[in-house]
Amino acid sequence: MTRPPGEPRRVAYLFLLPAFAVYAAFLLYPIGRAVQLSLYDWDGLTLGTWAGLDNYAAIIADGELRDAFGHALVLMFFYAALPLAIGLMLAAILNHAKVRGLGFFRTVVFLPQVVAMVVVAVAWRQVYSSDGSLNALLEAVGLGGLARGWLGDYTFALPAVGVVGTWFETGLVTVLMLAGMSKIPLELYEAARLDGAGAVREFFAVTLPSVRGEIAVALTLTVIAALRTFDLVYITTGGGPGNSTSVPSYEVYHRAFELGQVGSAAAIGVTLTLVIFVISFAINRFADRSVS
Amino acid sequence: MNASTRAALAAGAVALAAAACAPGSSAPPAAPSSALSAPSSGPAAVRTDAAALGKVTLTVWDQEVRGAQNAQMTALNTAFQAKYPNITIKRVSRSFDDLNTTLRLALSGNEPPDVVQANNGRPQMGAFVKAGQLRPLDAYADAYGWKKRYPQSVLQYVSYTPDGKDFGQGSVYGMPQAGEVVGLLYNRTKLTKLGLQPPTTWADFQAALEKAKQAGEQPLMLGNLDKWPAVHVFGTVQGQFVPKDQIATLGFGRKGATWSTPENTKAAQQLVDWMDKGYLNKDVNGLGYDASWQAFGKGKGVFYIGGSWLIGELGKSMGKDLGFSLPPGTPAATGGTGLPFAVTAKSPNPDAAAAYLDFITNADAMKVLTQNGLLPVADTDRQTVEEGPTKDMFTAFAAITKQDGLLPYLDYATPTFADTLGAALQDLMAKKATPEEFLATLEKDYKKFVDSNG
Repeated sequence: MTRPPGEPRRVAYLFLLPAFAVYAAFLLYPIGRAVQLSLYDWDGLTLGTWAGLDNYAAIIADGELRDAFGHALVLMFFYAALPLAIGLMLAAILNHAKVRGLGFFRTVVFLPQVVAMVVVAVAWRQVYSSDGSLNALLEAVGLGGLARGWLGDYTFALPAVGVVGTWFETGLVTVLMLAGMSKIPLELYEAARLDGAGAVREFFAVTLPSVRGEIAVALTLTVIAALRTFDLVYITTGGGPGNSTSVPSYEVYHRAFELGQVGSAAAIGVTLTLVIFVISFAINRFADRSVS
Repeated sequence: MNASTRAALAAGAVALAAAACAPGSSAPPAAPSSALSAPSSGPAAVRTDAAALGKVTLTVWDQEVRGAQNAQMTALNTAFQAKYPNITIKRVSRSFDDLNTTLRLALSGNEPPDVVQANNGRPQMGAFVKAGQLRPLDAYADAYGWKKRYPQSVLQYVSYTPDGKDFGQGSVYGMPQAGEVVGLLYNRTKLTKLGLQPPTTWADFQAALEKAKQAGEQPLMLGNLDKWPAVHVFGTVQGQFVPKDQIATLGFGRKGATWSTPENTKAAQQLVDWMDKGYLNKDVNGLGYDASWQAFGKGKGVFYIGGSWLIGELGKSMGKDLGFSLPPGTPAATGGTGLPFAVTAKSPNPDAAAAYLDFITNADAMKVLTQNGLLPVADTDRQTVEEGPTKDMFTAFAAITKQDGLLPYLDYATPTFADTLGAALQDLMAKKATPEEFLATLEKDYKKFVDSNG
């Protein structure tokens, strides 16, 4: 008696089982537990009391928490939009000009990605300090009037943190774009040239549509990084000055481990997960649709 | 994955979650605190003859990991085990931050360590007391005479009512080794150059700041990027303007005081004035704490309002140039204790644990702390140290505890107060908030807590 390979179909689930068991134990169960915790008022020590959706209502009602989510959205601009713009431009130039030592440049641009975020944060904290290199540079070019303690300035602290994100993510985006662009057949450019397209037109007509997939990947990665920013804020500002750089992930840590408001922390975590999920889903949906 | 499998998975996840019971319910019920502190189980049940306790292993969690701290701990542990060969110390030490985050889990387990170092404030010691995880030590305090060993202004930092609601009074829950006080650090050479003596009144201090400013020096250094350092500066200023009992009520988060008083407004205004007059460096909110005291150590700034814990490091770079005094004027200073050692409620060896606590805080132990350059919390004036900043520190701490002038760290007030006050002070000094608005923010947090705490 012979059966086609893979029959009966249900056997497949048996093969899936070990992986699923691991996945369930280390991912699904903790997520379920986090959701459950978010419905309680719990200090991590004594018996929790049922709070229903109070913790979620508090996220909407609490102005400071709303601000924290707002800051994360601002960071999305610096982590995702800006690096994408810079990365596309840089990659187009590097790809087009067929620079000598491309590998070298690629490594240099990618370098921030291999440095641990904590190290990056400590270094930038020095750069931004009142006697740091940024102010020294400003004074050297005669803009000493602009010098300030950047991370302690209410207007500039959040953008300053954002710029670190830009610096960090640009390399990743550039390398992704370079990879995408290297796959574009030269004939396409030739055809565009023959039709009389300039470098700019060529970029928008040929390059950009061809790397749509890479753009989706880059955006997904960077947006997630923006929304989960924790280490950078923890090291550079601790959410200050005032609460002008507080972000949701920082609040999760702060509430769970420092204030003992585990339920509230879990609720923020769950909300953040949902936000990340919705945004990355939208990005991928958008990329898929424009391909077809 | 088709729709039905997806639904099945989702259902599975929900079922997993639902099957788990309420958080915290697996922990055994808190030991009834009345049974522990009732007179019947009091002094009579307490044994102080540690040598006769049989073979005991004590697990101790501490955070004395840095150089001098580690040295004194090791020395005392060795001496303790030599004196009581029947007791073995199993020491687990972690950094302050690591201890903070792991202690909660460790204490809610079934076999917590016997002795733990827990931070004094409400989020730690207060929460543990409330959960019935720490043993009230009154019976041992009576047996060993601990209440005579520590002055009242120190004891308040380790006292809670057994329900964990009232901080600063009630039963003793822990024993600290080291003391801390926030005072005025100054650069002697610069003072001499300006023709000034270390100030002894608040008015003198203002005059000295003005003179330093005129001479082109940075009068007062502060680095408040990390949010909390200004809390100590504000506490110091507040001590000069606001009656001590009011600060204690506010600081311990007790009912019956208010932030919105003319005195508190004056204190807040003083900080704003210091900013306006340029006594404080312009970039307070942008300068890191470590960077600020290191800059002071390298000769930037005439004065620095900071804690006694800075003296060790600053003394290395400044030597005898460094001076330290209590805040000039009214004898009132923010201060407290190093992390107190507490005995867990579930420890099967409370007698041995108490003997250990007694041993590491007795008169000999205080000498060991002194030898390692640390500030002992008791018997401070009986220690002999050489002239210089360390001597200043010993004199200052002994004087302030004798006058019961220690004021609680303001962030003890409520579980969220460190945040509230830190952010509000940054707002105040950046002129994002007026003194009145600043105090209203503090009042809101304080009132919310006091009302819910009952």
